[in-house]
Amino acid sequence: MELLSGADMITRFLADEGVEYIYGYPGGAALHIYDAIHRQDKVHHILVRHEQAATHMADGYARATGKPGVVLVTSGPGATNAVTGIATAYMDSIPMVVLCGQVMSHLIGEDAFQETDIIGVTRPIVKHSFSIKHPAEIPEVLKKAFHIATTGRPGPVVVDIPKDMTAPTEKYEYVYPKKVKLRSYTPVGRGHTGQIKKAVELMLKAKRPVLYGGGGLILGQAAELFTELARKLNFPVTTSLMGIGAFPQTDKQSVGWLGMHGSYEANQAMHHSDLVVCIGARFDDRATNNTAKFCPTARIVHVDVDPSSIGKTVRVDVPIVGTATSVIEEMLSLLDESRSAPDAAALTDWWKQIDDWRASRVGRLYEPAQPGEPMKPQQVVEAVWKATKGQAYVVTDVGQHQMYAAQYYKFDKPNRWITSGGLGTMGFGFPAAMGIKLNKPQEEVVLITGEGSFQMMMQELSTCSQFGIPVKIINLNNQSLGMVRQWQDLNYNSRHAQSYMQSLPDFKMLVESYGHVAMKVEKAEDLDAAMEKAFALKDKLVFLDVYVDPREHVYPMQVPQGSMKDMLLSKTERT
Amino acid sequence: MRHIISILMENEAGALSRVVGLFSQRNFNIETLNVAPTDDPTLSRLTVTTVGDDRVIEQITKQLNKLIDVVKLVDLTEGQHIERELMMVKVKAVGAQRAEVKRTTEIFRGQIIDVTPSVYTIQLTGEAGKLDAFIQALGANTLLEVVRTGVSGISRGEKVLSL
Ligand SMILES: Cc1ncc(C[n+]2csc(CCOP(=O)(O)OP(=O)(O)O)c2C)c(N)n1
Ligand SMILES: [Mg+2]
Repeated sequence: MELLSGADMITRFLADEGVEYIYGYPGGAALHIYDAIHRQDKVHHILVRHEQAATHMADGYARATGKPGVVLVTSGPGATNAVTGIATAYMDSIPMVVLCGQVMSHLIGEDAFQETDIIGVTRPIVKHSFSIKHPAEIPEVLKKAFHIATTGRPGPVVVDIPKDMTAPTEKYEYVYPKKVKLRSYTPVGRGHTGQIKKAVELMLKAKRPVLYGGGGLILGQAAELFTELARKLNFPVTTSLMGIGAFPQTDKQSVGWLGMHGSYEANQAMHHSDLVVCIGARFDDRATNNTAKFCPTARIVHVDVDPSSIGKTVRVDVPIVGTATSVIEEMLSLLDESRSAPDAAALTDWWKQIDDWRASRVGRLYEPAQPGEPMKPQQVVEAVWKATKGQAYVVTDVGQHQMYAAQYYKFDKPNRWITSGGLGTMGFGFPAAMGIKLNKPQEEVVLITGEGSFQMMMQELSTCSQFGIPVKIINLNNQSLGMVRQWQDLNYNSRHAQSYMQSLPDFKMLVESYGHVAMKVEKAEDLDAAMEKAFALKDKLVFLDVYVDPREHVYPMQVPQGSMKDMLLSKTERT
Repeated sequence: MRHIISILMENEAGALSRVVGLFSQRNFNIETLNVAPTDDPTLSRLTVTTVGDDRVIEQITKQLNKLIDVVKLVDLTEGQHIERELMMVKVKAVGAQRAEVKRTTEIFRGQIIDVTPSVYTIQLTGEAGKLDAFIQALGANTLLEVVRTGVSGISRGEKVLSL
């Protein structure tokens, strides 16, 4: 029998759970835990410069690896600083466990120094939360927290730990709990066979089908099966923004991703389809545009692990609650057994229509820069794609640069496209990229950011120096809050209220002051060389400050309140 | 339409606030709510009445089911059920009013449970509509105070909500 203090139980549990890195920031209520961290060498702590960065680091790691990210913060301001990162993870269903220090139990409720009801604050943005009531229950509660965070539809779990629960003198028996039992929580497994049969019948009859994959395919590790299904059916494949990478984008069956800034052909195909087979996406407002006009001629099959995602925003003809892998496997075997095959003649016509939509856009995606004009952000993303051979982990912040990255980097594998889709958190990108690079040092990790977003988390340059985290940063510097500016151009007669970034730092000097490498790129002819140089410096954080055209807009852009196919295609054209 | 959703949940600190928080977070409506531990001290039973179309009610039940603390739930209004609410009212009772109030109470099968020279306190149980009617019958100028528990419900017949 082993007796451990609550604090030692925490580090010991994390080690037994296989956690290598935790991300955090110390403070009074967490100091017993920090002392425990200091006295062991299995769990490594990464000291960030702001707790929000700790949550995004854990989040990035989780998105790239599928494993839960772990965060440790102190009570009060430490915990509230983590809130944005918890909300970000919640909206994208990312597994994360956040350990928060809390004031001593007997002080709770007295407005003690650095007391915040963090369970209350985070209630609407967690999958679940726990307060530790006795040190002896720490292993079991932590096991439950990991179990809940990682199973079913994943999500963040907060564990609030009053300081007296981790007192070094109070020791209790420690046993690593191998299993958990929660009578009120049973994640769903297989889908209903009858429903899956119905779906397959519709697939075999469809004349204008679209296969629509979401982030659930990535979270559920179902990309390979999804690709197999797509190949077997020869249906056009689209994804949500979060589903990018679930099907190879360079494959000709891919029509790109859909929604507000999705591809012309994906949105057209959805609008004109007679069957949408959606697996692991949640039909959010940025994906559907006006739900009343959404896919007017389509029957909808919707597969999801979360029953509440089904029928929430659009009507569904065949709901299937189950894991993506199990449902797709069953679909595949039903297709194998079936005596009929997809309607080849109809599909030929449908593909011809889709190829026409595609062809109509070739060479017209963006206006290349004229000589002497500033670079186009799109061409910078294309250069990143070329320089990394399409194999990098590409992390973004939020804004125009995020959409350009999604549009012009072609992802052929899952877990490589890392973006805050649901919450749209500026500041997410840099720490998320750090979390990935730290855990995948051999992989190329590129942050595509904007000068607005980067400034929200740029203090982490310091963390990168301390722990040697050589991410590559491409700053699409348009000297403005570009996405805001675009909306102001479109809706407010170009009144650029507070979207102009005045007093930008000299990013080169700033980055260099932390000991990193930085280059300023102002001309298109210098771009490829700068990229090459940046990616050749394997062990260095390199920051490319790339000046791009501030007047550029992201297109296509769906017209507000319109259908899927109602899009602006450029500053002067629309469908 | 009005629905009565009856929930078995873990009798734990914070469970109730998760249920209530869910309603405000997702813009669902709560008309009445009551909660108390059951014969099994690890479980509480919560009854909530809400209004919404089928799509909203489906979302409410699905979202409630997603809460880790919710063990089981049933929409009682989907089947035959019995609903009851308890109300206590304090009314002015002086002079001729005393007899009048007493008679009305008897008609509604209520009980006078406390008396002073000028005040009756009356207890009444029934469906929400009956309680409304009683208040109406008493008239606004005699009413001093009203307290209602909110609706509790149970299915008719063999059906039970238990583990
Ligand atoms: C934390 C946060 N605050 C505000 C916003 C609203 N917002 C969305 S995009 C954007 C501008 C982003 O500017 P920048 O990072 O420079 O990217 P750009 O659009 O210029 O490429 C803003 C302010 C947000 N998404 N997140
Ligand atoms: Mg910008």
